Amino acid sequence: MDDAAETTTASGAAGGDEAAAARLRAAAGQGLRRPALPTSADAGADVGFSVQETAIGRVLLADGPGGALVASAFAPDDAAVERLLRRLAQKVSPRVVEAPGRTAPVAAQLEEYLAGERRTFDVAVDLALATPFQRAVLEQLAGVGYGARTTYGALARDLGRAGASRAVGAALGANPVCVVLPCHRVVAGSGALTGYAGGLDAKRRLLALEGAG
Amino acid sequence: MSAPPFALLVEEHWRDVARLARALAGPLDGDDVAQQAWAQALAAYPPAGGLRDPRAWLLVVTSRCATDVHRARARRPVPVEEVPEAPLEGADPADGELAGADPALWAAVRALPERQRTALALRYVADADHATVASALGTTPGATRRLVSDALAALRRELAVHEAAPEGAGDAGGRDEQQEGTGRGRRS
Repeated sequence: MDDAAETTTASGAAGGDEAAAARLRAAAGQGLRRPALPTSADAGADVGFSVQETAIGRVLLADGPGGALVASAFAPDDAAVERLLRRLAQKVSPRVVEAPGRTAPVAAQLEEYLAGERRTFDVAVDLALATPFQRAVLEQLAGVGYGARTTYGALARDLGRAGASRAVGAALGANPVCVVLPCHRVVAGSGALTGYAGGLDAKRRLLALEGAG
Repeated sequence: MSAPPFALLVEEHWRDVARLARALAGPLDGDDVAQQAWAQALAAYPPAGGLRDPRAWLLVVTSRCATDVHRARARRPVPVEEVPEAPLEGADPADGELAGADPALWAAVRALPERQRTALALRYVADADHATVASALGTTPGATRRLVSDALAALRRELAVHEAAPEGAGDAGGRDEQQEGTGRGRRS
């Protein structure tokens, strides 16, 4: 390496010079402070996210450029958070910034809901992370109210695709806006609780909370 | 091949940017410069030319930001009719407090010509390669090698001056010695 060679020569010729540079490096590194970034969409932060600990696990909330919720997704560990952030960067905008202030309203509603103090969410949702088919399925959930249940087969029939209950299940499994769009209210035709992004315990808990379990 | 989420860049590089900004703008203004650099980087993200090396891009943005801040300060009109309460020249006492133990070092760094300081900080504080230093300064890697070695030599000279007569040394030395010390090392 060119640079390495130069460094060696420099220190050989004038060790005192190198020492001064090392001293600058050490002094500049003292008590570093994390920067406060702009968080508003106006300042270029198209997506503002936060990670919340909730009664049903760790959830990543993300507010999109238009001020609508683009993600409410289970993120049990840092790797899951990173995967979600990469998806947001790819599908919405790479200008993704941590911005708890922007997700605070929905975080508060989520907490109220999980405490049994709220039945509906008053928040605009943007399904930017969903495919057109997933969107069509998820939009059907608007008709499944608090405490109600439906089945994959029934949703498939409502969509005019009676045989597509598996595809409907997969679309629900990819729900980017969990809890707020209540995919937990959809169960198998047998009544059994099948998969849930947040785990079956979380699904059971949500249904019990709503008095439907 | 899409650009990574900006938050991951922050997570990975904020220390490097903060350290560089401190080296460029001093312990007092460094955090401000870092903050501005992040705001500018966010507004320009992802850069039009692509993002092969995010760290190098952030370092260049930071060094340009420091230069802009420095120029804005220099252009700011000084109200000559008002008598300043504190001497304009000489070390800012708050600098010493923030810098902790090394006010002489910061005085020496401030005394460097700006391009030398930028080249030195990028190369030795941020470990940038000469291609990155060159792109930050709008020059060639050959020229930046020269700038860096001049800066190293100058820094050592300035340090010798400021350490011989440390600023803010108070009553440790005699009155004459102290006054000489506030001469900001322009004697050599």
